[in-house]
Amino acid sequence: MAEPALSIRGLTKVYGNGFNALKGIDLDVAEGDFFALLGPNGAGKSTTLGIVSSLVQKTAGKVSVFGIDIDRDFAKAKYHLGVVPQEFNFNQFEKVEDIVLTQAGYYGMPMREAKPRAEQLLRDLGLWDKRKGSARMLSGGMKRRLMIARALIHRPRLLILDEPTAGVDIELRRSMWEFMQRINREGTTIILTTHYLEEAESLCRNIAIINHGDIVQNTSVRDLLAQLNTETFLLDLARPVETAPELEGFSVERVDATQLALSVERGQRLNDAFAQFSAQGFEIVSMRNRANRLEEMFVSMVEHANAESGRSTDKVEVRS
Amino acid sequence: MNAWQTWIALWTLVTKEVRRYMRIWPQTLLPPSITMTMYFIIFGNLIGSRIGPMDDIPYIDYIVPGLIMMAVITNSYSNVASSFFSNKFQRSVEEMMVSPMPNWVILAGFVIGGASRGLAVGLIVTVVSMFFTDLSIHHPWVTIGVVIMTALLFSIGGFINALVAHKFDDISIVPIFVLTPLTYLGGVFYSINMLPDFWQGVSMVNPILYMVNAFRYGILGVSDIPVGGALVAIAIFIVVFFAVGLWMLDRGKGIRS
Repeated sequence: MAEPALSIRGLTKVYGNGFNALKGIDLDVAEGDFFALLGPNGAGKSTTLGIVSSLVQKTAGKVSVFGIDIDRDFAKAKYHLGVVPQEFNFNQFEKVEDIVLTQAGYYGMPMREAKPRAEQLLRDLGLWDKRKGSARMLSGGMKRRLMIARALIHRPRLLILDEPTAGVDIELRRSMWEFMQRINREGTTIILTTHYLEEAESLCRNIAIINHGDIVQNTSVRDLLAQLNTETFLLDLARPVETAPELEGFSVERVDATQLALSVERGQRLNDAFAQFSAQGFEIVSMRNRANRLEEMFVSMVEHANAESGRSTDKVEVRS
Repeated sequence: MNAWQTWIALWTLVTKEVRRYMRIWPQTLLPPSITMTMYFIIFGNLIGSRIGPMDDIPYIDYIVPGLIMMAVITNSYSNVASSFFSNKFQRSVEEMMVSPMPNWVILAGFVIGGASRGLAVGLIVTVVSMFFTDLSIHHPWVTIGVVIMTALLFSIGGFINALVAHKFDDISIVPIFVLTPLTYLGGVFYSINMLPDFWQGVSMVNPILYMVNAFRYGILGVSDIPVGGALVAIAIFIVVFFAVGLWMLDRGKGIRS
């Protein structure tokens, strides 16, 4: 059986101030997977990825990258890793091309091999025209793409993306998704953390949810969504209403004068609800999900975990 | 990493460092040459002519080696201190940390880069000094050996300073409160033979005195201290400082949480 791209066992991190960021987590990411690591702010996502990429020192536990124990040969494991961190971490005054080529040099790539590779990546990521300019002149989205190009220069088999599309506009985000899907199809295993749950649902096959340093869910996106019992739809009405109608078997709330929220449980048919709306004279002109399906699941899961552990239920930050 | 890959990584880091200080040459290479020109004009020509010879050597000739060494020391130190701390501050140090580059290559790359700036500035000051006096080098190999070793030693010192620094103020404390006084009291402008016995004894614990005098011996052929011992002491300091810097890097001091 092939070694997993990433294997984590009993990973613990206690910071100097006593904060227990990771409480002995176990995690496996198969080779070729597109894997999402989700969790609210401060849950332990970046600490986990920081340990894997050597930016954070672990307190205890084992981490292996393609079967290479990082305690035994971290340098060898690093050849297989590409890291795109959450914060910009390049010299803003350097030229775009120099940043990518310098990183190639750090991996011992000769210039004759690094230059064409850098050109290909900068072209693929729409940065070729900016290659001679200073990195500080790039937009936020371009800076993120520059970090992706830099992370891929040495052809890593495992790419770690820590919120790669944060602050990126929708059009650019879509083009980055297409790029990530392409390199995943070509064989690169991808681990992604994101606050955009739509992103995780669209891109990832497997998912782990981390909260307060514990893995609270680790399954496939499909299985996770199958656990979703209720979906809520927003219905836009042709004419304003004063109160929400009463529908047999369905829960309906009035959002505002021209919008209703309809909750549909698993096994119920939308046709039944629409038949009752029509019978009562409601004319519905459009409909959409109130929230991303995964988002609903994520929020309920994290809040449930918080309630079980007796913690205050912090507002879970999600963006969709 | 194999030897060839290690060499590429080291070369990449050194050329990056050289490119950095060359890009901002008005901040890195120009100011020392202007400052030293002032020293030559004021202390060498104007005041020096009234001071008279020092150890039977014209005063301007006497201070040239010390001023070159002063420029080498301060520039080697401050180059690595500010460059590595900027890498920490901008988090671009992470580019190196995630790579398979060994820690000794990171340390050596910054140190060689910093030493090259110290030597470049030393060369510029030497050229400037030639407008004021005729330099003839008595012991070329001693001169070259001492200046290179001193540049390396203070580059390593700047690296250690940057590792433990938390803010930009922390990388200016040592140059202002330690290096400058030790350099001025290290026999740049005077021979310690002029001092009373007690202060001669105190001066002997100043490491910069040995570097300035060894360098002066190389250029002028005179020294207040035994040169062989000075060379051995500098070499020992380099090994100890390098080991300390590497130990700190291996433990992630100041760069890993």
